[in-house]
Amino acid sequence: MKTPLLVFNDRGIYCEAANVYLDPWKPVDNAIITHGHADHSRWGHKNYITHNNNVPIIKHRLGDITVTGKSYNENFIINNVKFSLHPAGHIIGSSQVRVEHKGEVWVFTGDYKLENDGISEPYEPVKCHTFITECTFGLPAFKWTPQTEVFEAINNWWMENKKEGKTSVLFGYSLGKAQRLLKYLEPSIGKVYTHGAIENMTEVLRPIVKFPDTIRVTAETKKEDFIGNIVLAPPSAHGSSWIRKMVPYATASASGWMTFRGARRRRAIDKGFVLSDHCDWQELLTAVKATGAEKIITTHGYTEIFSKYLREQGYDARTESTQYEGELVEIETVKESTDIE
Amino acid sequence: MKLFAQLIKTLDSTNKTNAKVAALAWYFEEAIDTDKVWAIAILSHRRPPRPVNTTLLRTWASELSNIPLWLFEESYHIVGDLAETIALIVPTSKLSTDKSLTQFLDEMIALKSKSDDDKRAYLVENWQKLNYYERFVFTKLTTGGFRIGVSQKLMTRALSKATGIDEDILAFKLMGNWNPSSISFRDLVLEKRASDYLSKPYPFYLAYPIENQIPKLENISDWYFEHKWDGIRAQIIIRDGQLFVWSRGEELVTDKYPEFQEFIGVIPNGTVLDGEILPFANNEIGTFNDLQTRIGRKKVSKALLAKTPVILKAYDILEWNGEDIRGEPYIKRRGYLEKLFDDRLHEQISLYLSQRLQFKDWSDAVTEREKSREIKSEGLMIKHKDSPYLVGRKKGDWWKWKVDPMTIDAVLTYAMRGHGRRTNLFTDYTFGLWNKNNELVTFAKAYSGLTDAEFRKVDAWIKKNTLERFGPVRSVKPELVFEIAFEGIAKSSRHKSGIATRFPRILRWRQDKSSNEANTLEDIKNMLHMITDNE
Repeated sequence: MKTPLLVFNDRGIYCEAANVYLDPWKPVDNAIITHGHADHSRWGHKNYITHNNNVPIIKHRLGDITVTGKSYNENFIINNVKFSLHPAGHIIGSSQVRVEHKGEVWVFTGDYKLENDGISEPYEPVKCHTFITECTFGLPAFKWTPQTEVFEAINNWWMENKKEGKTSVLFGYSLGKAQRLLKYLEPSIGKVYTHGAIENMTEVLRPIVKFPDTIRVTAETKKEDFIGNIVLAPPSAHGSSWIRKMVPYATASASGWMTFRGARRRRAIDKGFVLSDHCDWQELLTAVKATGAEKIITTHGYTEIFSKYLREQGYDARTESTQYEGELVEIETVKESTDIE
Repeated sequence: MKLFAQLIKTLDSTNKTNAKVAALAWYFEEAIDTDKVWAIAILSHRRPPRPVNTTLLRTWASELSNIPLWLFEESYHIVGDLAETIALIVPTSKLSTDKSLTQFLDEMIALKSKSDDDKRAYLVENWQKLNYYERFVFTKLTTGGFRIGVSQKLMTRALSKATGIDEDILAFKLMGNWNPSSISFRDLVLEKRASDYLSKPYPFYLAYPIENQIPKLENISDWYFEHKWDGIRAQIIIRDGQLFVWSRGEELVTDKYPEFQEFIGVIPNGTVLDGEILPFANNEIGTFNDLQTRIGRKKVSKALLAKTPVILKAYDILEWNGEDIRGEPYIKRRGYLEKLFDDRLHEQISLYLSQRLQFKDWSDAVTEREKSREIKSEGLMIKHKDSPYLVGRKKGDWWKWKVDPMTIDAVLTYAMRGHGRRTNLFTDYTFGLWNKNNELVTFAKAYSGLTDAEFRKVDAWIKKNTLERFGPVRSVKPELVFEIAFEGIAKSSRHKSGIATRFPRILRWRQDKSSNEANTLEDIKNMLHMITDNE
């Protein structure tokens, strides 16, 4: 039996024909990286290949690394294997990886969503034989509302807090979610303050996308400065001494997990907005169908449930275990601490 | 329904008690009167009978959502609440409805006797007309239970805020049996009656805990000791030929303990006693386990009364001859109380005195405390001879000095997703001890004791080390060891292990121990004998 084009080993997703790994979780020689989140772009590889827009992100996060930038849809050949990157719509610079060898095509999604968020290149379906997909929210309970409605609700929440003389503190990952929130905050309501981790990352991204102005929270920022304004903070800031300066404040979190009442209440936040950079149930089904693939491999999220459902729909679907984390509400704090400033 | 759904949404979006009270008070000001009555009924667990069984609900919801039943069930396990799952999964439409909460409940009551086809049509129609929160509330009402993080006490406080009527009086008005379909808001809440004031309790005075060491209290002769009984703290009020029982949650529980009605005519009117309700079959204090059979019941059967009778072990008196004597010194109040017993009145009724003890030095007190488990007490109470009866937990005059909990090292065997706040995290654990055949036998479940960070770590470990799944429950590799603390232990035929523990909780995660170093079933049975053989 011939070796599959991509195999899952203890280092990552491996293409033996090219000696290349996709989003490996242990140090390797050649790594193609889908996007800048810590569980997909790890430290210690000899050569990184990623989308041009992700280059400054991973350089910021990982320091002095050897990295080659590529454009979307640009073919590059390694040992006779044809690779190309395609927009995944997850965060700025995120890609799906297409791998072609001897007429066989595989696509690995990394993390992705179908809705156009206006800051990352929108997702494009890529035809393939085997589709390796994440399914962080692969359960019919997840159904996103259009982001315009969510942002309207967020801005209304900010206005309400302002009326009550409170500071709004909004939590989101420092890479991706924070910039998506920032992009749509209504500047006429007030000023946007940022936690250092978010400010640093946003500075890296400003040459790529236009964002409203922000003010970094520093030791010199006065208590009175915050009132009525909004503060963007990583989830790890929740309950820290850093946030105490913002009293009186109202807190909110924006995440796909906010779908669950339990998650909203467990985090002891005042408000939960359902907003995710991953596919919901329907988007996953749409994406799978659009690839025309017969073989589906699910990597992280509700993998068993999603692949069982796909099998019932006639796909040859299975699960492979990886070390990707998706959008883990409980592990956000751990992830943030690895987002080195 | 829109207003009530709005209320639930607001309650959900805050964890601050004041904001919850404000939201409820807002509802009690805005809603129509019949809806207010229904809201009170629902929040005090007087829900109408379930019109549809949940198997049908699940089937119909999955059909309407066009997904296989197994997928609906999996989603339910993960979401953790049936009504929430239905609210999330069933497709929405642009339709809406302005029916009131009362209309919905009237319809649900009528629905119970209809055919399955009619029931299905009714649910499907309404699921599609309601938005997410309305649908959640509507389905929650049809599934029965309505636990949404609002206690009856909180509801009463809000009602008091909205109406200006004293909270304790409202608690009394809302007790007992009343029918939300027929009673008016005026009759239930607003109507003033002189009798309302008869039941009014005093706020409880709570002792401050002494942790770990011998208390540093000077002059032992200024202090009295009592055993700390492990039952339900209660106030018994006898006024004007009527008797009321209040539990420490300031909940009126008169109906649950009919034994105490015999106090009327024996204990003089104008008396309020503070004490502990204890199970007392065969003239012997039982375990908290026994009492548990009484706590949950609204109606107490004759058989249960005979099997698990209760007594009041009295330790203080707050009102005497109709006068509030809380300001008088402890020793003087005890004088009035003990006089009741001098007159041998108690011999006719289920009233016992909690003995007052005195010691010459602390080592005697330590010796007495060590005897606690044998006599079914949790340790010692220490009260200053001149202490007035204060309000709430105050440092200084009253101390509780509990015996150290018993502990045992057990192996994590099963884990279940938590509910409510902990949905989607594995936080409910089952623990096992080794039997002679080297098998793990379940002996306790525990839900608390780890920090959030530890819960996350254990949760991640469980997800990687699952052996089998049974719906929401997973069996895991028998590797992790936890030190489990518990307050008491009793024989039990209901448990496979043969024992039941009181208030088991996780003391710490023994990362230094491997599972073969955990304790055995034999070890815990020896603990049981240590206690009971001394009797």
